[in-house]
Amino acid sequence: MAETTASRSTLARAGIQTAEEIMAPTPGAMIRRRVFGHVGLMIGSFILVTIIAMAVFANVISPHDAYDQQLARKLIPPIWHDGPKVTWAHPLGTDHLGRDYLTRLYHGAQVSLLIGFSAMIISGLIGTILGVMAGYFGGRVDMFVNFLITTRLSMPVILVALAVVSIVGSSLTVVIWVLGLLIWDRFAVVMRSATQQVRSLEFITAAEALGCSHMRILLTELAPNVMNHLIVVATLEMAHAILLEAALSFLGLGVQPPTPSWGLMISEAKGLMYYDPWLIAIPGLALFMLVLSINLVGDGLRDVTAPENRS
Amino acid sequence: MAIFALKRLGVAILVALTVSLITFSMNYLSGDPAITIAGEGARIEDIENIRKYYGFDRPIMVQYLDWLWNAVHGDLGRSYGLRQPVADVIFQRLPTTMLLGACAITFGLTLAIPLGVLAAVKPNSIFDRAALTLAVIGQAMPTFWFGLTLILVFGVMLRWLPITGQDSWWNFVMPAIALGYNVAPAVMRLTRAGMLEVLASDYIRTARAKGLRPMTVLFKHALRNAVIPVVALAAVQFGFMLGGSIVIETIFQINGLGYLAWESIQRKDLPMMQAIVLILSIIYVVITFLADMLNAFLDPRIRVS
Repeated sequence: MAETTASRSTLARAGIQTAEEIMAPTPGAMIRRRVFGHVGLMIGSFILVTIIAMAVFANVISPHDAYDQQLARKLIPPIWHDGPKVTWAHPLGTDHLGRDYLTRLYHGAQVSLLIGFSAMIISGLIGTILGVMAGYFGGRVDMFVNFLITTRLSMPVILVALAVVSIVGSSLTVVIWVLGLLIWDRFAVVMRSATQQVRSLEFITAAEALGCSHMRILLTELAPNVMNHLIVVATLEMAHAILLEAALSFLGLGVQPPTPSWGLMISEAKGLMYYDPWLIAIPGLALFMLVLSINLVGDGLRDVTAPENRS
Repeated sequence: MAIFALKRLGVAILVALTVSLITFSMNYLSGDPAITIAGEGARIEDIENIRKYYGFDRPIMVQYLDWLWNAVHGDLGRSYGLRQPVADVIFQRLPTTMLLGACAITFGLTLAIPLGVLAAVKPNSIFDRAALTLAVIGQAMPTFWFGLTLILVFGVMLRWLPITGQDSWWNFVMPAIALGYNVAPAVMRLTRAGMLEVLASDYIRTARAKGLRPMTVLFKHALRNAVIPVVALAAVQFGFMLGGSIVIETIFQINGLGYLAWESIQRKDLPMMQAIVLILSIIYVVITFLADMLNAFLDPRIRVS
C-alpha cells in the first residue's frame, strides 16, 4: 500500500496521471451527479422554481386584478366542485368579496417570498457576524455571543413580534424588520460551531503565521469553508420566516388587507370555512408546498455539499 | 457539580435581567407611552396627567428599577384594559396554558421517540423512510392551518371532538395535537441520531454478546443513553410551545395565557403584554436551567467540561 502511494505521488510530481485518475469523474461531474440523483432536492427545486415563477410573473399570468371586488361573483367554488356558478373564468373560485382566488394566490406568493427572503437576509447578516466572531475569536467574545443567543431564545418569537407590530403599527417593512431582528439565533448557533471547526485547521494557522490580517483570513480562508453551512441555514430560516409571516397575518397583525397574503387569505376565510372549506384549503396548501420545497432544497443542499455527513 | 450549577444559575439570572430590560423598553417603542395610552385626539392636559399617573415623567433608569423591584415582588402593574392587577389575571390563566403545553409535549414525545427508535433500529428501511417523510411534512405544516384542518375534519365532518372551549379533556385533544406535532420532527431526528450512535458502541456489543434479549438491550441499555440529549431539546421545545400557544389558543378559544396575550394585543394593553412576555421568558429560563441540571446529573461528562 505504501509503495503504491509513493509511486503515485512520484507520478503526480512528474505530472503524469494514472489510468484511474483519468477515468475518474471531475469534481464538477460528481457534484452534478449527486444533485441530479437526489430525489428530494429535485422535487423541492421543481416546486420552488414553479412558485418563484408564479410570483415573478404574477402580473402577466393573472387572469384578473388581485384587488378587483365584484360582490355579484362572490364565493364561486373552484372548478372541481359542481354547481351553477362554477366557471373556468375563476379556476380556483372567488373569495367573500368576489376577488379571483387564483390571482390572489399568485400575488400572495410575491408577499411570502419577499418577506421570507428579506427577513432571512437581515437575520442572516446579524447571526453570521455574531456566530463567526464568536467562533473565530473565542474567549470573552464567544461568551458574550452565547449570552445573546440564550437571551434571544428565551423570548417567545411570535409573542414579541405581535407585541412590537401592534405598538409600532403594521406594514410590510415593519414585519420584515421585526422578523429579521428576531430569528438570527439559528444562524449564530450554526455559524459559531462551523467557524470553530474550521478555525482549528492547519491552513488557518498557516495564514496566521504568514501574517495575514483577521479580515483577510475571515474572507479568503474561512468564508469559503463555512459557506455550505450558511446556505443550508439560510434556506431553513427563509422557510421559518415565511411561516411566521403567515401566522402574524393570520392573527391580523402581519400584512394588512387588501394586500394578498396566504396567511391573511386563511384568516379572512376562517369564518366561512365550515361552508366552503376550500377557501382555507387552497392558500394553506400553497403555504405548505412553499415551505416544504424550501426545506427539501435546504436538506438536499446539505447532503450534496457535505456527503460525508450523510448517514 | 456545585460550581457548574452556580455558574449556570448566574447566567440564568443575567438572562432574566436582560429580558426584563428588553421587555421594559417596549414602553418606549412607540415614542411616548403617555400619548399611546391617551389615544388619538387627546388633550395635552390629559397626556400630562397620564404621564404623571403612570410615572412616565421620571428618569428612565428610575422607572426601570422601580418596575423591576415591583415585578420581583409579584406586582406587574395594572392592566390598562381590565383595570385589575396584571399578575392576578396572568396566574389565573397560566395553569390552562401549562396544561395544554404538557399535553402537547406528551403527544409530541410519544409520537417522536418510538419513531426515532424504530428508524434507528432499521436504518434505511421502510420505517426509517416513513419516519423521515413524516418529519419533513411535519416541519412544513403551518400550525394554524393544521389546527383549522383538524377542526374541519374531526370537529365538523366526523363530529368526533368538540371544536372550541375547555370543558372536558376531549377539548384538549385537538389543540394538543396541533401544538405538539411541531416538536416531533426535531425530537425524532435527535432520537434516531442518538440511537444510531449508541447502538454502534462497544458496550451494546458486549450486552448482545452476553446473550441479553434484544428488547432489554434496546430499551434498558441503549435508549437510556440515547435520550439524554432529548431531555434538553424537550425543555427548549416546551418553552417555545408556551410562546406558540397564542395561535392555537385563539383558534380553539382556550382561555389561557396565549388567548390573554392576543386579547391584550388587540386592546394595546401594554403592561399585560410586557408581563406575559416576561413571565414566559422566565419560565423558559427556569425550565432550561432545570433541564441542564438534570442533564449534568445524567451525563457526568457535561459537569466536567
